[in-house]
Amino acid sequence: MTTTTTPATAAAATAVPTVRIAGGTFADDIRAMKMVWRRELIRFFRNRIRIFTSLMQPMLFLFVLGAGLGGITRGVTGKLSFKTFMFPGVLAMAVLFTAIFSAISIVWDREFGFLREMLVAPVSRWAIVLGKCLGGATVATGQGIVMLCLAGAVHVPYNPVLLLTLVGELMLVALALTSFGVMAASRMQEVESFQVVMNFFVLPIFFLSGAFFPLTGIPAWLKVLSVLDPLSYGVDPMRRAVFSKLHNVTPTTLHTLAPGVHWDGWRVPTLLELAIVAMLCMVMLSVAIWQFTKAE
Amino acid sequence: MSLPLDTATGPVATDPAGTGPAARAIEVSHLRKRYGDFDAVKDVSFDVAEGETFGFLGPNGAGKSTTIKMLCTLVEPTSGSARVAGFDVVKGRAEVRKNIGLVFQDTTLDDYLTAEENLRFHAELYGVPRATVPDRLRTVMEMVGLWERRRSLVRTYSGGMKRRLEIGRGLLHSPRVLFLDEPTVGLDPQTRSSIWNYINELKRREHITIFLTTHYMDEAEYCDRIAIMNSGQIVVLDTPEALKAAVGKDRVVIQTADDDAAMAALRANFGIESAIHEGNVTFAVPGGEQFVPRLFAELGVAIRSVSVARPSLDDVFMSHTGTTIRDAESSSTDRLRSNPMARARR
Repeated sequence: MTTTTTPATAAAATAVPTVRIAGGTFADDIRAMKMVWRRELIRFFRNRIRIFTSLMQPMLFLFVLGAGLGGITRGVTGKLSFKTFMFPGVLAMAVLFTAIFSAISIVWDREFGFLREMLVAPVSRWAIVLGKCLGGATVATGQGIVMLCLAGAVHVPYNPVLLLTLVGELMLVALALTSFGVMAASRMQEVESFQVVMNFFVLPIFFLSGAFFPLTGIPAWLKVLSVLDPLSYGVDPMRRAVFSKLHNVTPTTLHTLAPGVHWDGWRVPTLLELAIVAMLCMVMLSVAIWQFTKAE
Repeated sequence: MSLPLDTATGPVATDPAGTGPAARAIEVSHLRKRYGDFDAVKDVSFDVAEGETFGFLGPNGAGKSTTIKMLCTLVEPTSGSARVAGFDVVKGRAEVRKNIGLVFQDTTLDDYLTAEENLRFHAELYGVPRATVPDRLRTVMEMVGLWERRRSLVRTYSGGMKRRLEIGRGLLHSPRVLFLDEPTVGLDPQTRSSIWNYINELKRREHITIFLTTHYMDEAEYCDRIAIMNSGQIVVLDTPEALKAAVGKDRVVIQTADDDAAMAALRANFGIESAIHEGNVTFAVPGGEQFVPRLFAELGVAIRSVSVARPSLDDVFMSHTGTTIRDAESSSTDRLRSNPMARARR
């Protein structure tokens, strides 16, 4: 539908190109979504320090903490390096912090007014929210892929099937985490609230997910919490993928280090785990969109 | 309260498409907004013709921003109706948004993008046809004098440049009505006047209706018509010239040896109420120049200097509200403080 019709008055006779907007269609929403997505990428690549620091952290964990803990866990891991065990967890970590940080940037957008520029535009709110989530997820997946390149350094083979599986799983986890972040940020007025989200949600779900230690010898109450932790269902499939391509793992070590998530003794299959993550992602995305639709 | 211009206006809204030649850019009828038990806007009605520059003048907290937000579909009216570019602000929200350009009081630019990227973002969100984007982008950036700086990050821009960029961005999708909410607030006088040069240039080049709010009296002079708003109501609405003529009195400022004695003498000898403004005795009197000889002859207090000025919009404001805009501002700030709901929402 064409809505702008500038009258053919004397003013229109000047050499000003006049624009006609045909708006309100699905294609317009997709176009807006792509732009919101692109902005996330532009902003990410412009901030070199952020790229560096968000890679620094997982590397520190992998090569410093991993090496340190490796010395005392040799009895359990056998021939397997502790760093190899940690690798899927570190991938999750790289994605986790970048995704949450990208999502929370919506609070900065609100603080500096740019959110308003997006919200007053004649496009559907879902396009803006989805663009933001996809942008954050893309950036986070990118960080995960950079970490993935280090696979060889921790004795994980560069197997094409493994790499593709991991990239797919990283994408899913990244989108779910960004959706969670945008949902959390939808009602947030101050940047300071970011610390609250980090300490009360992000760090607990990270520690409980089994990213850095196997969920075998832990107390029962911790086990319950880790089963309730959505990130457990994102980390376990990645660890299974990695372990399935290792040759020096005995069944005992496999059982200890990659026990999987159990519901009353039943080991949740990979596909169901991924389906849970996907479903949660959809729910959080919907809530985020709904929050922004009713907000002005 | 008199609103002589509004009552005479016919029911233009009967034109369903709202795009006929007689169409008004903005039609407002009995618009009202309540926050809790505080009336931010009380029963406001007015029309703005296409191509007109219309100003809302009033102190902070007078309801200007709330009115503009209702017209821009950002706030829903409690009652009453408004049509912008022919579309109802409640029922035709998306249509209104497509046809208006917005420049807010606070900047809404992304500091970490370049000026050009900010504008491209806007073009994509407003669905400006791809083929016309480069031309249009160049036109508006040249219009606000920022084409040479298009590749700079916005964070390197000065306050005035950011404002100009926002005005350019507001024009990018060729809106029919451009809303400027306090376009020069917080800028130094020189930058303010340069912004106005750009706005006047834009009026010359684009057939566009401009609706602006300001609390600077001198800026209201640029408008074709102004509505003075105070405590949520339109106090008076007319051209700046007509408003000033209607005051009918000139402003006389005198410096005397004894201000208190002079004020008492003015009251006793001439029946004139005066006040101290910026350290000088100030009063309004018809035919100020003819009054000066009488003043010297009959005041009885030594006069050091006299100046007579034609009425300004300050005087217009004063004659309709009984207060200066500055005084009205300080009292309305108190009211806002006790009424957090009335604060502008983000």
